[in-house]
Amino acid sequence: MAELAFILIGALLVNNFVLAQFLGLCPFIGASGQYDTAAAMGLATTFVLTLAAASSWIIHQFVLLPLDLTYLRIIAFIVVIAGTVQLTELYLKSTSPLLHQVLGIYLPLITSNCAVLGVTLLALQQSLTFVETLVFAVGAALGFTLVMVLFAAIRERLMHARIPAPFAGAPITLITAGILSLAFMGFAGFGS
Amino acid sequence: MSRQDTRHIMLTVSAALLPGLALQALLLDPVGVTLNVLTAGAVAIATDRLCLAARSRTSGREFLPDGLAVTGSDASALVTGLILAAALPPGAIVPVALATVTALALGKHAYGGLGNNVFNPAMVGYAVVLVSMPLAVGGWPVVGTATDALTGATVLTTFKYRESATVEGIWTEADGFGALAGAGYEWVALAYGLGAAFLFFRGLAAWRPAVGVMAALIAASLLGYDNGSSASLGSPIYHLFAGGLLLAVGFVVTDPVTHPGGQRAQWIFGLCVGVLIFCIRAWGNYPDGIAFAVLLGNALTPYLDRRFPVARHA
Repeated sequence: MAELAFILIGALLVNNFVLAQFLGLCPFIGASGQYDTAAAMGLATTFVLTLAAASSWIIHQFVLLPLDLTYLRIIAFIVVIAGTVQLTELYLKSTSPLLHQVLGIYLPLITSNCAVLGVTLLALQQSLTFVETLVFAVGAALGFTLVMVLFAAIRERLMHARIPAPFAGAPITLITAGILSLAFMGFAGFGS
Repeated sequence: MSRQDTRHIMLTVSAALLPGLALQALLLDPVGVTLNVLTAGAVAIATDRLCLAARSRTSGREFLPDGLAVTGSDASALVTGLILAAALPPGAIVPVALATVTALALGKHAYGGLGNNVFNPAMVGYAVVLVSMPLAVGGWPVVGTATDALTGATVLTTFKYRESATVEGIWTEADGFGALAGAGYEWVALAYGLGAAFLFFRGLAAWRPAVGVMAALIAASLLGYDNGSSASLGSPIYHLFAGGLLLAVGFVVTDPVTHPGGQRAQWIFGLCVGVLIFCIRAWGNYPDGIAFAVLLGNALTPYLDRRFPVARHA
């Protein structure tokens, strides 16, 4: 149980995928301009991440390993992730067309979110069990969502700030992301 | 609030820092603390002026608060410099200068100056030097020895790397600590606390974030306290007086720009920062996590302001 808690906290804060491992930066910067979009993006990614990590683990364990095809794991996982994203998109399109429209291009882009592929590969690398993989994926996804929500709230506040012209836009966004990453360094060492 | 008011408040805050700084100089290292204050003050004012000049050139006067480019600083740069002079080890002038430049240029002026910054400038500067040059900012003078002769680990570092010593043991062995009787770090912390109390009394700083931090720290350390065995995570008194806690509680978490506006949000902010300080002290790699905890609290602030907006009176 303590082991699972460590995995969760580790993926959520200590080795936060965005701010400590620098994965999934495209949606982090691209979809964090508005709070609602960012929160929706976080939830959609959470769903895809968890489902993709679970199905990847199953495919690796019961298809790739027995057939001795582990060298195909990256391709296999990308297909799994793309399939999960397609499923999510179909589901969103039918249940919440508005959200589907708001997320727009960023929804299919979850496919190329390196954090998603990163979670599946890192879970494999650490030879986690199925339950551990699930906890790891949920931790990573919650960490992603947390950072998205915090960052989007900060960016909405920055829109009202009198940023000097040379820093307006991308520069101040990246500076803020850097300071946020600096703040997350305080979690270094938890669970070790 | 006009700029004149801001300047007046910032000068009062600087004055409230002085008793602590004076005691720090008297008890720890007169030369080092004086050097720190002079370096931080000079670098702070110079950086502030340069950035203001650059901003008026690139953004046009209309982007600056009225007349700021002409008459100069609103003295908030001085407060940032003094906090860094107090928070960094006496005599460490290179880290002090670097932290001050980072704090003002990156933490404040890149965001458009006072009132627009998301993170507390002093803590941005402090965190940057803490992760960039951990050794240069780790040594504090040992109380009771010839000045500027010896530097040693702080009580927090000793505590972190204790093998089997009991907390009480470290507490009484550590120079400058113990039962408030000996002159030392506890008195310095207390002087900062009194300076802060003056600000609360004058209504110049919000007390809820500060009380929240202390309450969370006391509660968390009571939960982890087992009467001082070697596995203990530290007593409440230890946590309140060790490191720069009272300095941070009085002058950093009370920064009105970077803590939330609403009362409920201020409580949540304070409690979060307090719990984070305890967690980083107890389980993190860094002996003292105040800077990181405050930056994380600052990062939470826009969300809290959004979630619990300030009640507007008609």
